[in-house]
Amino acid sequence: MARALIHVPASAKKGDVIEIKTLISHVMETGYRIGVTGQPIPRDIIDDFVCTYNGEEVFHATLYPAIAANPYISFFTVATESGTLAFSWTDQHGATQVQTAAITVE
Amino acid sequence: MRSAVLRVAGLLMRSPSPQRGEGWGEGDRASRQEPPHPALSPLGRGSSERLVIAMVFISAFFCSVGTRAADIPLDQRRSDSDFVSADTRAMQSDDTANPAMLAVLDGETLWNTKAGATNKSCADCHGDAAKSMKGIAARYPAFAAELGRPIDLEQQINLSRVTDQKAEALPFESKELLALTAYIARQSRGMPVAVKDDAQAKPFIDAGRALFEQRQGQLDLSCAQCHDDNWGKKLAGNLVPQAMATGYPIYRLEWQEVGSLQRRLRNCMSGMRAEPYDFGAPELVNLEYFLMWRARGMTMESPAVRP
Repeated sequence: MARALIHVPASAKKGDVIEIKTLISHVMETGYRIGVTGQPIPRDIIDDFVCTYNGEEVFHATLYPAIAANPYISFFTVATESGTLAFSWTDQHGATQVQTAAITVE
Repeated sequence: MRSAVLRVAGLLMRSPSPQRGEGWGEGDRASRQEPPHPALSPLGRGSSERLVIAMVFISAFFCSVGTRAADIPLDQRRSDSDFVSADTRAMQSDDTANPAMLAVLDGETLWNTKAGATNKSCADCHGDAAKSMKGIAARYPAFAAELGRPIDLEQQINLSRVTDQKAEALPFESKELLALTAYIARQSRGMPVAVKDDAQAKPFIDAGRALFEQRQGQLDLSCAQCHDDNWGKKLAGNLVPQAMATGYPIYRLEWQEVGSLQRRLRNCMSGMRAEPYDFGAPELVNLEYFLMWRARGMTMESPAVRP
């Protein structure tokens, strides 16, 4: 499991615009580099990121090899109701990592 | 003036560096080529007149910066963070955006992981790092009595692993060693650098200073020429910082990973076309010691983000 850091405000007023920040450790190897043995280093990237808010998709990103290592993604959404934000990163091999954060909306 | 002209002439002819006794390029001595004939200098074959004019021009530049300024006055010292872009500074100060925090989290896990023949973790002896490791990184490098010489934080971690945990030393620049170092250094964030400069440490700090001020490599540059004399000016697209090593280990955007001060120093030496010292070499530790002493009293920022 890759290490991930997520920042979601613990509480917000209904209708507030909240900032969400995510950071995950990943080499994001482009596939264009040559290793010390002269062989190309195979491409290895996260290519998909989704955030759902109580099951509803609020943010979706497709990542390409030009994204630097340890992708940092920040975005805004509207606090509508108390519940769970789920973040999922999928790499090119299809492996998915999911992490969740709770938010209380008054 | 005369020596400066000779020096510049030497540079143009790409003479090997006198200090390190290094010859041409890499490889064994037999395979090295002779220096090119002066007529093949970058200024073109036989253009002696232009060569003299260029020499006078360049030596005038060297003379103008030739007399080395003294140390940076204490009140003019600035954190290396002042020389990076606002975006990079923001990334450093936001723990959710600073990618080195991923290494800090890995380090926290390792701190609590049992290792070695004793099957003990760092935490079994040192307890909560937030308390026991507070201010520790700000006091390294430090003199190790059992070795009779100073060691840096990475070497102290390995010393403790080998002697206390009876575990294997972690390789320099390994993910694990950097993670532990980042985790321990993080506990000193905001504290003043406080390395010891007593009589025992003095000779090593002085040796570090001598290396800092020594011209080296094919470019015949010293650390001090950039970081004491020309800080704040530009080298390529970047501002030259004062080399205050208060933020190590750093996340360097160019590296796309965390790295140690020794890696950074070796980087600069390669840039000067000098042969870098090996990881763990006493010369590098002396240089680290001098740099931390030079930054004494300044605020620790580990883990910092640099371009």
